[in-house]
Amino acid sequence: MKTFGGSVLYLDRSDINTDEIIPAKYLTEITKEDLKPYILEDLKLPGFDPKGAKTREARVIVSRANFGCGSSREHAPWVFEVNDITAVVAESFARIFRQNMFNCGMAAIELPKEKIDLLFSYAGYPDTTMAVDVAGQTVTVRGGGKEETISFAISPFDKALVLAGGWVDYADTKY
Amino acid sequence: MGKTIAEKIFASHLVDEPFAGTHVLRLDAVLCHEITTPIAIADLMARGKDRVFDATRIKAVIDHVTPSKDTKTATQAKILRDWARRHAIRDFFDVGHNGVCHALFPEKGFIRPGYTVIMGDSHTCTHGAFGAFAAGVGTTDLEVGILKGVCAFREPKTIRFNLHGTLSKGVYAKDVILFLIGQIGVNGATDRVMEFRGPVVEAMTMESRMTLCNMAIEAGGTSGICMPDQVTVEYLWPFIQNDYPSKDAALAEFKRWWSDDDAVYEKVLDFDVSTLEPIVTHGYKPDQVKTITEMAGTPVDQVYLGSCTNGRLEDLRIAAGILKGKTIAPTVRGILSPATPKIYQDALHEGLIDIFMAAGFCVTNPTCGACLGMSNGVLAEGEVCASTTNRNFMGRMGKGGMVHLMSPATSAATAIEGKMADPRKYL
Repeated sequence: MKTFGGSVLYLDRSDINTDEIIPAKYLTEITKEDLKPYILEDLKLPGFDPKGAKTREARVIVSRANFGCGSSREHAPWVFEVNDITAVVAESFARIFRQNMFNCGMAAIELPKEKIDLLFSYAGYPDTTMAVDVAGQTVTVRGGGKEETISFAISPFDKALVLAGGWVDYADTKY
Repeated sequence: MGKTIAEKIFASHLVDEPFAGTHVLRLDAVLCHEITTPIAIADLMARGKDRVFDATRIKAVIDHVTPSKDTKTATQAKILRDWARRHAIRDFFDVGHNGVCHALFPEKGFIRPGYTVIMGDSHTCTHGAFGAFAAGVGTTDLEVGILKGVCAFREPKTIRFNLHGTLSKGVYAKDVILFLIGQIGVNGATDRVMEFRGPVVEAMTMESRMTLCNMAIEAGGTSGICMPDQVTVEYLWPFIQNDYPSKDAALAEFKRWWSDDDAVYEKVLDFDVSTLEPIVTHGYKPDQVKTITEMAGTPVDQVYLGSCTNGRLEDLRIAAGILKGKTIAPTVRGILSPATPKIYQDALHEGLIDIFMAAGFCVTNPTCGACLGMSNGVLAEGEVCASTTNRNFMGRMGKGGMVHLMSPATSAATAIEGKMADPRKYL
């Protein structure tokens, strides 16, 4: 099982789609590693630079509703994975993106809006980090001398996928 | 308590329920294209499991960039081609026989009522038009589908859309689905099956039902779904005539899948679409919609007619009906991509291609290319495209380009005027 945690990249908008996460023109790459430079290339947000230090250092993404909508491309979780981002915490996810994350043994964690707002309140501190504990079902955010731990719900199947390291290994032993 | 059509399909395909609310289903069709399948193939090979669960249930096509435009896309095509040959996948469609997956596979009769269908493509929901449960998935789900013939889904909670009334002249399935997405929003049906019912759906051809179901994903829906009826039987008859003694017998069989009268829905939404006008998107999300009356006069640089949403013969006929004897505005580039070789040939025989070419359209081979900015009609920064496709995301058809989604009729009228135009004045 991967560890989920570290610096946080805040993407403050709903409906961030997989074309913004990895544009279609890069879907002709046939290894995951080749996707690495193109992370979030087409996402336009005030103050956001896809090539900036915050993106490079990020290990967790925090965003709003319907994250990962649009295309089914698993290149979206992969481009996160090869950039060492292994968890996304958001108000809600598009189904295919969410399943792709868990299928890869990564985490797509849903929290209610007020908890997401709380996570966003840490965005201004230079030292903010987050830890996602899938087994214990908690998210811990630290920054500015403060700390909060928030519990989350996860389907037992999705949890099992993370613990098994993904769907291929899970299905291969079971079916 | 009755069941919905999706619940019936789930119950009849259940392999395992590892946890409450998780259904592992047996798959009837696993569909593949050259963008999302090669990495699944590579992973299976790396695991020493380069096998397929059933070569007759796997269908594959090269459609996103075809013929290949460069070394990378040629390599993707080659990986899929070699794999299909290696595993004797008979239903593999290469250059000369290939077309947009969600138009080609139904046209071949591969999708039947009651089927479970997955593909590594979000618009797989299209196939729900046949009364199938059809869901887009990622590469890992596809990989497990190829290897094991199963896929896991949550409870198929269903929203029922009752569409009442009759569509006015110049208003089509595309306008209906854009309107519905505008009503419920881009995540209005996330994790839900969208069941389309009512006299408006019953009156639709299979082509129109495919257009309707195609964009379920743009509201977050897992699958669109229609009840398989006489229209479905007629469409599928060439492929099923040896399986049933009569069309009536096929219909009776299909009706077993229909949602029960006492089925439980999460939500039932009623819309009278009789007064609906042609719809066009603005902004960068498919739920940002306005009527053509509000959008008329907006200049465009390119008009694109094609895709899994609206590249079928019916769409070409409608657009050609408007374009006949006219030429498109000199400021506009018109591009038509018939969605399959059969559609292309039928359009040739009917004289539709002549109409498009005389009007000034460029006619390309069947491909997904332009819809996602990969080939055959990519936009430059700042350009605007009136398009019959399904996504208006920022940069979707080319970095910095703007896309307005609309019906084939509205796109044809727009091509003539060089700015968004109401198709009803041309009908």
